[in-house]
Amino acid sequence: MTDPISLSVIDAASALRRGDLSQDELFTAYRDRAAADDTNSFTWLADDLRAGLGDRDRAPGTDRPLAGVPLAVKDLFCVTGVPTASASELLRGYRPPYTATAIDRLQHEGATILGKTNQDEFAMGSSNENSAFGPVLNPWDRTKVPGGSSGGSAAAVAAGLAPAAIGTDTGGSVRQPAALCGVVGLKPTYGTVSRYGMIAFASSLDQAGPITRTVADAAVLFRAMTGPADRNDMTSIGWAGQAAGIEVPSAERLDGVRIGVPTALLGEGVEPGVRAAFDAALRTAEGLGATVVEVELPHARHALAAYYLLAPAEASSNLARFDGVRYGNRADIGDGGLVELYTKTRHDGFGAEVKRRIMLGTYALSSGFYDAYYRRAQQVRTKIVEDFRAVHEQVDLLATPTSPTVAWGLGERTDDPVAMYQADVTTLPQSLAGVPAISIPCGLSEGLPVGLQLSGAAFSEQRILDAAHALEQTLGFDVTAAWMPAPPASRPAPSASASTGKDAA
Amino acid sequence: MTAYETVIGLEIHVQLATRTKMFCGCELVFGDPPNTHTCPVCLGMPGTLPVVNAEAIRLGLMIGAAFGGVLAERLVFHRKSYFYPDLPKGYQISQFDEPLVAGGRLGDVGLERVHVEEDAAKLTHAGASGRIGGSTSSVVDYNRGGTPLAEIVTLPEIRSAEQASSWLRLLRETLRQLGVSDVNMEEGSLRCDANISIRPVGDTELGTKTELKNMNSFRFIEQGINAEVARQTALVEAGERVQQETLHFDPRTGSITSLRSKEGSHDYRYFPEPDMPPVAVPDELLQSALAAVPELPLERAERFRTELGLHEESARLLAFRRALGDYFEETLGAGGASADKQQVANWIGNDLVRRLEAQRKDDEAGETDTDPAQSKVSPAALAELVALVVDKKINRKAGEQVLDVLVAEGGRPQDVVEAKGLAAVGGADELRPVVQAALDANPDVVEKLRTGNMKPIGAIVGAVMKETKGRADGGEVTRITREILGL
Repeated sequence: MTDPISLSVIDAASALRRGDLSQDELFTAYRDRAAADDTNSFTWLADDLRAGLGDRDRAPGTDRPLAGVPLAVKDLFCVTGVPTASASELLRGYRPPYTATAIDRLQHEGATILGKTNQDEFAMGSSNENSAFGPVLNPWDRTKVPGGSSGGSAAAVAAGLAPAAIGTDTGGSVRQPAALCGVVGLKPTYGTVSRYGMIAFASSLDQAGPITRTVADAAVLFRAMTGPADRNDMTSIGWAGQAAGIEVPSAERLDGVRIGVPTALLGEGVEPGVRAAFDAALRTAEGLGATVVEVELPHARHALAAYYLLAPAEASSNLARFDGVRYGNRADIGDGGLVELYTKTRHDGFGAEVKRRIMLGTYALSSGFYDAYYRRAQQVRTKIVEDFRAVHEQVDLLATPTSPTVAWGLGERTDDPVAMYQADVTTLPQSLAGVPAISIPCGLSEGLPVGLQLSGAAFSEQRILDAAHALEQTLGFDVTAAWMPAPPASRPAPSASASTGKDAA
Repeated sequence: MTAYETVIGLEIHVQLATRTKMFCGCELVFGDPPNTHTCPVCLGMPGTLPVVNAEAIRLGLMIGAAFGGVLAERLVFHRKSYFYPDLPKGYQISQFDEPLVAGGRLGDVGLERVHVEEDAAKLTHAGASGRIGGSTSSVVDYNRGGTPLAEIVTLPEIRSAEQASSWLRLLRETLRQLGVSDVNMEEGSLRCDANISIRPVGDTELGTKTELKNMNSFRFIEQGINAEVARQTALVEAGERVQQETLHFDPRTGSITSLRSKEGSHDYRYFPEPDMPPVAVPDELLQSALAAVPELPLERAERFRTELGLHEESARLLAFRRALGDYFEETLGAGGASADKQQVANWIGNDLVRRLEAQRKDDEAGETDTDPAQSKVSPAALAELVALVVDKKINRKAGEQVLDVLVAEGGRPQDVVEAKGLAAVGGADELRPVVQAALDANPDVVEKLRTGNMKPIGAIVGAVMKETKGRADGGEVTRITREILGL
């Protein structure tokens, strides 16, 4: 019989429905692997199939599309009764009284929660090194970072610890770790998946998305997560029933698809090996019938600066609620008063990067600086939105490397926040524009995965998924190479460093 | 010595009478045990998001329409940030540069704006004073947190404490009649802050203002403003400067204390609320708000004056106390077109209200409305009573006796008149012999009357009254006397 952990979400769901596999069997197979995990991908593991359902009286059943499929869920999603800390010391041990809408919808489709995954604290980071639970190791090479902030989610999928994971993407936090870990990551159009119950980083940018082994799995999970507008979330516009119409992609060709390559995002900083894999992917796309043209995004080069004002500004406000008064870990202040309570709780509870961004954001919103920073950054954002609208008059999709580099060494950039922020340079413009984007693995450089990012106009998820699927089939990247022994000759040989990773697993 | 002018602007927070909170579905109930009407949203728990209460917006639009302000076409919320335990998110969702209503006017005071926002939770400070200074601990009740508020900001057009308090009474009555709020100051559903400054008479620039916080009765508002004006005047006359600061007035001691210095210490870091993108005000909501605005006190007073010919004072009294106004109009309806409107107003506004309020011990301050419709005196009965007096079927004194009976027992005035024998000895035919008898019995009085000295006529009237047991009309007695004596 097939090893249950080798199955994609779609295949596992079919096997469960057919009765070829029991829900407990599948859960236990992953639970055992996750418990033995050495990548530090999880912050909490469910004891059994039902534990991840919170306190709700809901058996997974067998009749629903995802019945019995265990998912790894980024720590920042609130789940009733389940530890939810957003990888912050301040919230360690916090158990929310309600479940995030996106997770609730997945559970409604029958999915269960295998565990909560590690991340950068409050989703602030590009390497998953800013976590109260410690850094996550890249399954391809345990001396490398997995990317961030959804590093635990991407690593869990890349290490075969879960069939799929749910992450969130603010400036690239689904796509970039998916790229660095050699798996698929989809950031949907802003507003399609409810943010209710996601511990906020930057409200105008945060968006939940799946991290999977295949593009088809991403389509299935995306369809399950989205739905009608959430009455608890005024930024969830729903999809007027269209999300239900998302089809599992089956396209094999890219005939007639116009792909634009924004030259501005391919300047210095993109590693030669990444560039080579990217170029090869473009040639593959052309071979499938696509036309590839260079396009301009005149303001995209300002995206990084605008993002690192807007996101911290919103974060500084979103994180004000963590004051130790109502929940979370309150510092012991002895006879101290209110000010001591606030300062010590936040001093002890927040990590360095979170503090840095709170200070940046507070400054950007301060009276006298607002116009020069926050307002200016919003104006830049509007220009970027207009750039994307204009470019999609010419092309259907945009292609870039998801990350200018492959996974870098743990600790390599922790002392240089600006270098760390540069990691997001190719994912930030799409985030600011609110458009959907996917990252799929498109090859290796120095033995580490390279991601290809495809983005499109708002609500063009189906087109993105179709194109990504066609490329995925032809590129033939083995997403299980970091952990599954390669059968002879059927898959590309993993690199030396990836082999190291496998040995360690 | 320089004469100073007081300049006052008011900021009034009004809790809107919605069923649920501003951004979540928790019910609004005053007086329930602490923290029994809360949810993850109004407790600011991680990951929760606000959803605006359409009814709160509708009520806010009604206020704007009542004031004739410009109603916003879209809703834009901002976050106002500061740390305090009564603010669970660390920011208050409010409005900033695009308020729901811009401009407008109520009576003698222009308005700057009306915006909507959420209320903070209620803090109780344990310790001797009940205030934060010197307290040993504080507890928070989040039941109130998230209550929809309308903040009404006036222009600095008020010139005295008395004007401030009388305008506030008008505002409160207007809001009450709009039905947008309970306007109960004791329960905090209407709270007032005053921005106060003084300047030499004739100056056009504003002086440095102080903000007097949270005064919860009209009396305290007047006392507080007067105390602050006196404090500022003394400072300026002593050659010192007024500091911009937030102050508290203690009505028990009459003292003013500083809460916090405003300069430099507060930066609210307003920015657009990213959890609620701007949304267009739906036309149905706007139309529903406009249609719900009733005739308001000032308009009604104006109509009572111009169309019904009431005196200024009666018109205001009946218009500002809606129950009285409604009863007045019903009485006019019952009395037909011929009713003497001013007389009806007088009987309701003076005689009836005085009797009803005497029945109600709990209405000392007149803060709650006495409603004659709830009494035993039907509008038809009152109309009949007034007609009896106006037509001189009974005299005023008898009318008052009839009213006593109606208030106590109800019934028809005519029946009371008959039962008590109060009918006026009305017709000249009936009265003439009685007057003649009185004149005959008082020749000395008659002599004085004949010389043109009318003062002693009281003796004749008194004698007639005695004879008729008070049922005669004094004016009629005088008229007949003159007729008999040929004066």
